[in-house]
Amino acid sequence: MSLTEQVRSGDRLSLARLLTLIENEDQQGITVLGELYANTGSAHVVGITGAPGTGKSTLVNHLALALRQGDDGKTNDDKVGIIAVDPSSPFSGGAILGDRIRMRDLAGDPGIFIRSMASRGALGGLSRTTHSVSQAMDAAGFQWILIETVGAGQAEVDIASTAHTTIVIDAPGRGDDIQANKAGILEIADILVVNKADLPGAENTRRILELALHMAAPKDQDESTTSDRSNWEPPVIATIATEGEGIGELKAAVLEHQSHLQISGEHETRERSRVVHQLQTMLRDSLLDRFLEDDSSKRFDAMVETVLLRQQSPIEAVGKVLDEVNT
Amino acid sequence: MAKTTLRVLIAKPGLDGHDRGAMVVARALRDAGMEVIYTGLRQTPEMIAEAALQEDVDLVGLSILSGAHMALVPRVLELLKSQKQDNVKVLLGGIIPDDDLPKLKDLGVAAVFGPGTNTKDIIRIVHEITSLKPDVAN
Repeated sequence: MSLTEQVRSGDRLSLARLLTLIENEDQQGITVLGELYANTGSAHVVGITGAPGTGKSTLVNHLALALRQGDDGKTNDDKVGIIAVDPSSPFSGGAILGDRIRMRDLAGDPGIFIRSMASRGALGGLSRTTHSVSQAMDAAGFQWILIETVGAGQAEVDIASTAHTTIVIDAPGRGDDIQANKAGILEIADILVVNKADLPGAENTRRILELALHMAAPKDQDESTTSDRSNWEPPVIATIATEGEGIGELKAAVLEHQSHLQISGEHETRERSRVVHQLQTMLRDSLLDRFLEDDSSKRFDAMVETVLLRQQSPIEAVGKVLDEVNT
Repeated sequence: MAKTTLRVLIAKPGLDGHDRGAMVVARALRDAGMEVIYTGLRQTPEMIAEAALQEDVDLVGLSILSGAHMALVPRVLELLKSQKQDNVKVLLGGIIPDDDLPKLKDLGVAAVFGPGTNTKDIIRIVHEITSLKPDVAN
């Protein structure tokens, strides 16, 4: 059986090997993912992001447990794939991937597959190949894919163009209301979570976030002027992830957002912008790779020198090289 | 452009109370450019084999201080084999009496590191072992 067929049949070792090939941008991985691509599109991808130490991994652990359970409390057939991204060292390229530590409750469940990924130099909170890894899990029959980003600050918003539903996690004591009104990570939230709700100040954090959201989308606003987030007002949910508290509410919110996307037609809109984003990013990365690989005349090295000597600005140097490449 | 980065699982099977040594090794391998999946304390052999499978690692490093290595290590090796993860190399660190070394090597442990091992030696041996790794493609 070929690797493609093995992955399609649900063989976990083959899936694991395929994910490595994809991550290494190996030609075989690209070929197999191409063969599997027609099988993708049925998974619901949930992104989980937030600052380091807010409890992302712990929350993913409990959300995965909840998604594996039907309303009757029994294990259901929905398989859950988890992708946990941690940062690579900018110096050695190495990484410590420690998200599994918080996900030990998930061990032994054949309906769950956890893959840790290093960011490998990417800055948006994911790695270059996270999107493709998610698609491979989709093709392998995972109904839910949870992607946990690198601990994010204010601007790591790539997850919003990869996930269908983005959960942003905050915790008490992390700044005042001006932080909540800055552009960036809060804007991408479909669901906001205030984790560690047992800590002092949690209620205050929740109120600040709700107020900030309300300023963004007042309920009485004329329908024609509402944003393209299409009338979805992100709920703010208080959780204590270590205790599993608030997880039922969170799961309900995810399901509600999923059906909102379907009913409002927003699902198609997001799929389109997902494809646009992925193509643009890949095109950019591949063009740069190709340019550097093919750079036999050492144009790039020359650019570095002229900019260092301040003979031209970086933008001029890039403009000139592009003109040369195009002619 | 195909890249390869060594992926290593560092795991602590059994009931050890601390993981300082395992953390030191994990950190050293990170600084040598490897991706180290760290699973934390009190892992069962089943959890370790499953994590190795999902993460598709080249290498599993086990740290055992409790003296239970002759029970835990063979179980991990057995599971790896039964799951067709024969290509995964297993290293062992911790408090391991010299008398057990021949038996552990026979079972298939690639190397054993006792207290005080220089992390540079660990990295060198990791590189030696993994360059012998057969091609896993298909």
